[in-house]
Amino acid sequence: MTAKEATIPGTNGGSAPLAAVTPAARTALDFGNAWSYAPAPEATDHVRIQPRYELFIGGKWQAPQSGKYFDTTSPSTEQKLAEVAEADERDVDLAVKAARNAYEKYWSKLAPVERGKYVYRIARVMQEKARELAIVETMDGGKPIKESRDIDLPLAAAHFFYYAGWADKLAYAFPGQNPRPLGVAGQVIPWNFPLLMAAWKLAPALAAGNTCVLKPAETTPLSALLLAKIIEECDLPPGVVNIVTGAGATGAAVVGHPGVDKVAFTGSTDVGKRIQKALAGTNKKLTLELGGKAANIVFADAPLDQVVEGVISGIFFNQGHVCCAGSRLLVEESAFEVLLRKLKDRMATLRVGDPLDKNTDVGAINSKMQLDKIRQLVESGEREGAERFSAPCALPERGYWFAPTLFTGVSQSHRIAREEIFGPVLSVMTFRTPDEAIEKANNTMYGLSAGVWTDKGSKSFWVAQRLRAGVVWANTYNKFDPSSPFGGYKESGFGREGGRQGLLAYLEVD
Amino acid sequence: MLVGGQFIRSESGRYRQVADPMSLGGTKENVPWASRKDVRDAVVVARGAWEGWSGRTAYNRGQILYRLAEMLEARQGELARALERGGLDAERAAAEVAATIDRTVSFAGWTDKYQSLFASYNPVAGPHFNFTVPEPMGVVGVVAPARPALLGLMGAILPIIASGNVVVALASEADPRTACVLGEALATSDLPGGVINVLTGPAAELLPHLAKHMDVAALDLHGVEPGLLRKAEEAAVGSVKRVRARSLDEAAWMDAAGATSPRWIERFVEMKTVWHPAGI
Repeated sequence: MTAKEATIPGTNGGSAPLAAVTPAARTALDFGNAWSYAPAPEATDHVRIQPRYELFIGGKWQAPQSGKYFDTTSPSTEQKLAEVAEADERDVDLAVKAARNAYEKYWSKLAPVERGKYVYRIARVMQEKARELAIVETMDGGKPIKESRDIDLPLAAAHFFYYAGWADKLAYAFPGQNPRPLGVAGQVIPWNFPLLMAAWKLAPALAAGNTCVLKPAETTPLSALLLAKIIEECDLPPGVVNIVTGAGATGAAVVGHPGVDKVAFTGSTDVGKRIQKALAGTNKKLTLELGGKAANIVFADAPLDQVVEGVISGIFFNQGHVCCAGSRLLVEESAFEVLLRKLKDRMATLRVGDPLDKNTDVGAINSKMQLDKIRQLVESGEREGAERFSAPCALPERGYWFAPTLFTGVSQSHRIAREEIFGPVLSVMTFRTPDEAIEKANNTMYGLSAGVWTDKGSKSFWVAQRLRAGVVWANTYNKFDPSSPFGGYKESGFGREGGRQGLLAYLEVD
Repeated sequence: MLVGGQFIRSESGRYRQVADPMSLGGTKENVPWASRKDVRDAVVVARGAWEGWSGRTAYNRGQILYRLAEMLEARQGELARALERGGLDAERAAAEVAATIDRTVSFAGWTDKYQSLFASYNPVAGPHFNFTVPEPMGVVGVVAPARPALLGLMGAILPIIASGNVVVALASEADPRTACVLGEALATSDLPGGVINVLTGPAAELLPHLAKHMDVAALDLHGVEPGLLRKAEEAAVGSVKRVRARSLDEAAWMDAAGATSPRWIERFVEMKTVWHPAGI
């Protein structure tokens, strides 16, 4: 990775045209390059990535029937990390049959508390191998190591811990309803939080007594494959968890397999709709966790320095590859100028680069395809007349990168205000009254999440009641916990993950 | 048909004849046959009523539903006669009306209680206050079962409106006249116009329009045949509708313990989770 010569003192060594020099850069103390950060890369030498991974079916590693493999690469170096088996319909069929067999032969016969012990054990071993998992997650997906280490891993393990405890308490979750598992769950997960999404899907399904066929995203299969090794190590009965790798066709085979009783999908609204359509008339249970275009509403009375941190993490966390990212910032008009200045100053201090560097705030865009999509939407923003500001940072020459960016002068009809960008791009708009803020916030087909910032408790609850979104963060943003249900209203999908409510998706209770 | 508290004929002018076995000359009665436009109009009216209905206190919704039970009780003879003309014997008709009144009383009681069962305080690992509450979804489209014509229709509608949703319902095709009589009880109750809208006409023709409508948040389908159900589920994809479908037999509808379960309410609420930091 090579960075260009720094031209702006006080920032992280970026070069930028004069127009982009921020107020912070103009007034910051000038230490030259004397105090710039030294590289602090996480060592990867003890992590062994196999040259090739097979499919994990029926407790065994099996070569794909197709004989095909695809490469998974690091988006920060563009280097090949491993090749991974591509499961076709025959492989998926084997996996579903293995899951059915495991359901009937082992998993449904097991005492619930014993089932819980297996799930607890997975959590424990994940914690033991946390460092390895975090490094692989960062290498394969491009997210900063500080996020995979401090957020993805602890949360993923916490999900297994949390749901393990439900295994023997299902009758208390739905009193009088005699909850029963559904059978075989087919689960398709996205590339933005590969391991965390695997945990979100597997933990409640297993605790509720189902067996699983999980398909990780084609750009980020490695951590799910490491999880398969952990499951193997934990001695789960063969076939209780099956992991099949591949791209869209593999996912479609999982979703469409007649032996699957329940489908859980996290990903784009577009694909979610296709799945909902494919499942019409099949009687399969379905939960969808889809896209979002969250409004982050800032009232003038809010503590603006905290707001800045919240807005920044809301949109730039995980390179903005977050379905609940706070991508529409609605600012009360009287606070607009000062907040905008603070935001730009803070953006200038974000460190973009090597995701394995412990000081990196914004890592690599997950794939070339995603980078192209972000660029396309940003161009539409410029074309439609919005004003762009990008953080003045140097981007590495290899890999997929996009500088943290915000747009002002955005109107409700702009594509960048309506469509999910799934990248580090913020659209800023203003409002004058609380009613106007609510109307603008709800003016979207999505309804996954929202934020509200105000110093007045009664106002934040008034707003929270009126927002049509499944999660509302008041004076905070992007917080997650296994005990806290997460999921969307409207076209952001249906069903919840997390909490007692998350169990409902994996049980028959009617 | 009842739309927005008004008794309307179909804008199309279409009607269907229903036999009246009680008349000596074997006369038939005319029942409206709704059109696509009637469906769209009803959704608009329902959507307009939603804010007011969902914005009322749970206590107030309970009062209104209990008052509705009183109205049904006052008209029980008329409702029973309607069912008899639809083909039931007197005993079964009376039992169905009685069960409908009981069900209304039961859901009047649920309006301010289901929240305590579904909501949760979530013990997150961090300095936050975090809770989850159920909220209504909006306009819910209902296809009532053929039988029981009265209890099936009200049994489907009550759990949906108890939480603050509003309904556009397609009444039983086997006995649409009872729904028209029921409409009179609904219209003269304290229920705000537009909360319950009842259309009569063939589900095969009308359901796809309901399923496609972008302002319908969910569908509750009872006894819809597989081919039509599949079509409706496909049409529902456009707005990612929540679709629930089932076919209960008459005994299951009459079984109060099963059909007044709070799970009937839980099927048509969204869960909203709110986070706030806790600290000094």
